[in-house]
Amino acid sequence: MSKPMRITLNVWRQTGPKDPGQFERHELTDVDEHMSFLEMLDVLNEKLLGEGKDPIAFDHDCREGICGMCGIVINGRPHGPREATTTCQLHMRTFSDGDEITIEPWRANAFPVVKDLVVDRTSFDRVVQAGGYVSVRAGSPGDANEIPIPKKDADAAMDAAQCIGCGACVAACPNASAALFVGAKVSHLGLLPQGQAERFDRVRKMVAQMDLEGFGHCTNHFECMAACPKEISVDFIARMNRDMLSAMVKEKDTVPGRKPR
Amino acid sequence: MQKALTLYDTTIGKKALMAVTGVVLFGFVIAHMVGNLQVFLGPEQLNGYAKKLHDLGPLLWIARGILLASVVAHVVVAVQLVSRSVAARPVGYRQKKNTATSYAARTMRVSGPLLALFIIFHLAHFTVPGVPMGNYEHNARDVYANVVQAFSIPWVSGVYIAAQLLLGFHLYHGAWSLFQSLGLSHPRYDDKKRMAAQTLAMVVMFGNIAMPVAVLAGIVK
Amino acid sequence: MELLSNAPSGPIESRWERHRFDMKLVNPANKRKYRVIVVGTGLAGGAGAATLGELGYNVLSFCYQDSPRRAHSIAAQGGINAAKNYQNDGDSVFRLFYDTVKGGDFRSRESNVYRLAQVSVDIIDQCVAQGVPFAREYGGLLANRSFGGAQVSRTFYARGQTGQQLLLGAYQALSRQIEAGSVKMRPRTEMLDVIVVDGVARGVVTRDLVSGKVEAHLADAVVLATGGYGNVFFLSTNAKGCNATAIWRAHRRGALFANPCYTQIHPTCIPPSGDYQSKLTLMSESLRNDGRVWVPKNADDCDKDPSAIAEKDRDYYLERIYPSFGNLVPRDIASRRAKMVCDEGRGVGPKVDGVRRGVYLDFRDAIKRLGQKVVAERYGNLFDMYERITGDNPYKAPMRIYPATHYTMGGLWVDYNLMSNVPGLFVAGEANFSDHGANRLGASALMQGLADGYYVLPYVLGNYLAQAKLEKVDDSHAEVKKTVKEVEARVAKLIASDGKRTPDSFHRELGNLIWENCGMARKKSDLESAIKRIPELREEFESNLLITGGGEELNQTLEKAGRIADFMELGELMCMDALARDESSGCHFREEHITAEGEAKRDDEHFMHVAAWEYTGDASKPTLHKEPLNYEFVKPSTRSYK
Repeated sequence: MSKPMRITLNVWRQTGPKDPGQFERHELTDVDEHMSFLEMLDVLNEKLLGEGKDPIAFDHDCREGICGMCGIVINGRPHGPREATTTCQLHMRTFSDGDEITIEPWRANAFPVVKDLVVDRTSFDRVVQAGGYVSVRAGSPGDANEIPIPKKDADAAMDAAQCIGCGACVAACPNASAALFVGAKVSHLGLLPQGQAERFDRVRKMVAQMDLEGFGHCTNHFECMAACPKEISVDFIARMNRDMLSAMVKEKDTVPGRKPR
Repeated sequence: MQKALTLYDTTIGKKALMAVTGVVLFGFVIAHMVGNLQVFLGPEQLNGYAKKLHDLGPLLWIARGILLASVVAHVVVAVQLVSRSVAARPVGYRQKKNTATSYAARTMRVSGPLLALFIIFHLAHFTVPGVPMGNYEHNARDVYANVVQAFSIPWVSGVYIAAQLLLGFHLYHGAWSLFQSLGLSHPRYDDKKRMAAQTLAMVVMFGNIAMPVAVLAGIVK
Repeated sequence: MELLSNAPSGPIESRWERHRFDMKLVNPANKRKYRVIVVGTGLAGGAGAATLGELGYNVLSFCYQDSPRRAHSIAAQGGINAAKNYQNDGDSVFRLFYDTVKGGDFRSRESNVYRLAQVSVDIIDQCVAQGVPFAREYGGLLANRSFGGAQVSRTFYARGQTGQQLLLGAYQALSRQIEAGSVKMRPRTEMLDVIVVDGVARGVVTRDLVSGKVEAHLADAVVLATGGYGNVFFLSTNAKGCNATAIWRAHRRGALFANPCYTQIHPTCIPPSGDYQSKLTLMSESLRNDGRVWVPKNADDCDKDPSAIAEKDRDYYLERIYPSFGNLVPRDIASRRAKMVCDEGRGVGPKVDGVRRGVYLDFRDAIKRLGQKVVAERYGNLFDMYERITGDNPYKAPMRIYPATHYTMGGLWVDYNLMSNVPGLFVAGEANFSDHGANRLGASALMQGLADGYYVLPYVLGNYLAQAKLEKVDDSHAEVKKTVKEVEARVAKLIASDGKRTPDSFHRELGNLIWENCGMARKKSDLESAIKRIPELREEFESNLLITGGGEELNQTLEKAGRIADFMELGELMCMDALARDESSGCHFREEHITAEGEAKRDDEHFMHVAAWEYTGDASKPTLHKEPLNYEFVKPSTRSYK
């Protein structure tokens, strides 16, 4: 059995969107190195509950790195120090006995805090609703093998499509920009023949919605790529920029913007 | 009916404008440096060059117009974008570790306004109205004398050298990131692009620094 | 109660086509006047809501997550089956149908399965058109692989993230309908009850997980696509939030629960490392293609470094017992054997609750034979994942694996039209019981979810709505008010709890109880003792539960407690069903019913039926109804893997 670790946590607590919030200090003395980070928080929450206190609210679901629901800034880095790893897949062996760990929620205007470490990411959903799809009805398509797609295009589209929508890119960006998230979706569909019909319309609508939601702009720090648990490349941001510029030069159209809720 | 979305309304459009005006300004600083380096070829050469520029007449004013418009656009959009960025994260992190960005990229917001102040200083100093400083007396006809006199004052040289360091960083991040903003970057050329940006920025920075240093060292008198 | 499957008769190839023709249609202009509630946004729910919205119905969709894109369908790794026969290797709709019926150990309904195999073909077309980036060959055509021991290559995949890509396709289709206004989406909202008026499902009661507001939503039909109930086990490969509340509440309102004992255990998961373990992570079954499963011959060797255990002291038990299939025996056999060797005390890894739960999956020989590079190409991402979770390097030391609950074949009883015995209440995807019988084949869950969502729900709902004579119901209706009151009272009661034990501690105990007694191998005495113990645990839960915080805020403890309360009742029903099914079939392995070779022994004479349980008002006293199963096209046979 591994030696138990002592860990001190500075956790952000906030009862609701209007509460200014503050840090709270907790100490755990028997952390096992094989615990996942979220299991460590489970243990803390069981302890808090036992003391009659309110457990720390945090988002999580699949706990296997694919649903994109979890996400905490750990010691200044979204999803913590390990590369290509979501918070739920981070394990305590990454830390050392006696460590002090600061835990904060994603901080962005477009991701308001719901409670403690839980934020509202519906802005991402609205960006996809604005145009992040191929308009196709069940029943309409022809045979799947009718249009061959070069393997390298399919692979590149898959690289972009891997995005789990966790929001770490926004959290990491000095401008709280959603460029990587939007660029990934624009590129995924723009790289495939099926996405061509709506390609330029799509990028215009998605970018307009992204701006409307109050995300910042991209200033090419590439912190997003470093924080991305799926290591999505900033090349997709360049691709979005290119598509957007040609879309706006090619044809002018009214892009109705909606108010963020 | 809703107003049609224009490129200028979007963050991507604004960034493209930053990039395009940046290219104009980058081109200018290179030309400006090349012109001024003629100080090493003696007073006749430099003053002759200055006269030739002046004699361009309307062409000069067109160039000045483009430059001025670029500067104004570059600054206005920068202010808009920075305020947008500030609004995008109203509550900051207690702890934030950056791992990918560069010093140059992080300091764009500082180097930008400082360079704007420097440009005002530089224009007031050498162009209009030609503010006297210490032993420096502005002479609209004798550019060479102006340069030598001004750079003989250590603090003035100091300001220029410091500004060139800032400019170097600003150009470096600007030059390589403008390809990304315009969607022209390709992973295959990433390394070359970074190297080219570094080289260009350093050439401009050292080229410009060479002048005050040469005056202070007594090489140019 | 007579259970009518409403399946058409005649030649199986044309049943669905004829049925579609016989169904009533809703006039296009009238569609928007019908409101349909879809609960859950996984493959079945997301695809269903999107397709119904596209057709013009007025759809209201709910999910408990913060976004419809997070439903647990997203975690499926392997692939999706379709009878495209692109490989020209002898696949056909009939073969997929045949394999699925046989794989389900003759406990599924032939008509449903045939329809599933038929529409599997359209699913791939639809997904490709949506931009799902399936793996392709260099020629640009779709790639296929053979999966889960199938004799043909019919599985389509997108790296190891097929579920993710299919779900994002459905999510994007759903997003398009939300934008169009035909679907109204309510994330972070949990369904807590079904509103049944005069025996017909007319809506749901939900709780907004952020504000705590309890609300009634009324509709002309309700679709539950809320997934399986694997989290009864506490430790499973399900997401932490997966729960049975929607289907259990529907069950309590009259919907029959079919075959609750059919739960699938996946053999290759990463074992628990301590008593804090919160979930188990599955690793693709493909690992068994090259990995060799073993445990030490002597229990004394179990805490030794595996490299120090000599070849002669290793027991490659699958290769020993099943010489022809070896490490590639079906999921249930591999799982059961792993548990047996661990119960014998020959498991490896850390002791959790005093038992070592793990067996080695060793790539030493594969690396020797193929080279590390080839092994890395085939399994690199899985090895990385293993390393990330356990901290061990599988290139150097063998992996440790252990079975975990993965999928539940049981669910609410539905007829051929995916409608439960409560009119107007439809159930789709893993939440229903219909297509997999006693055991599900690999890569068939995604197929069923999308088949239900894209191709079955749109037809059967139209047929129902075109014929249903529904009186107008509004919030002031007595039944609506009563249901809302009951939900509020239930929530209030949980909040008022002031006992000593946390919800998780109850859940762990329940999960362990079910795992030990109603897991991979079941026997009468175990099941009886669990049936005795669960009501006691439930009683303690009622009286000794610890909850903090209020009901009018985000309260994750409260959410958990509500779900666990329902797991407690469902867990008992699982045990009762397992006890009543006095045979072994598929994943349901009764130790009393084994062949001479130690394999599952079916009893077709007495148990070739769907066991559908009716709630009677007392969770411990349900009534059993039986839907007999007939096999006209696939002759029941016994499987053998020796």
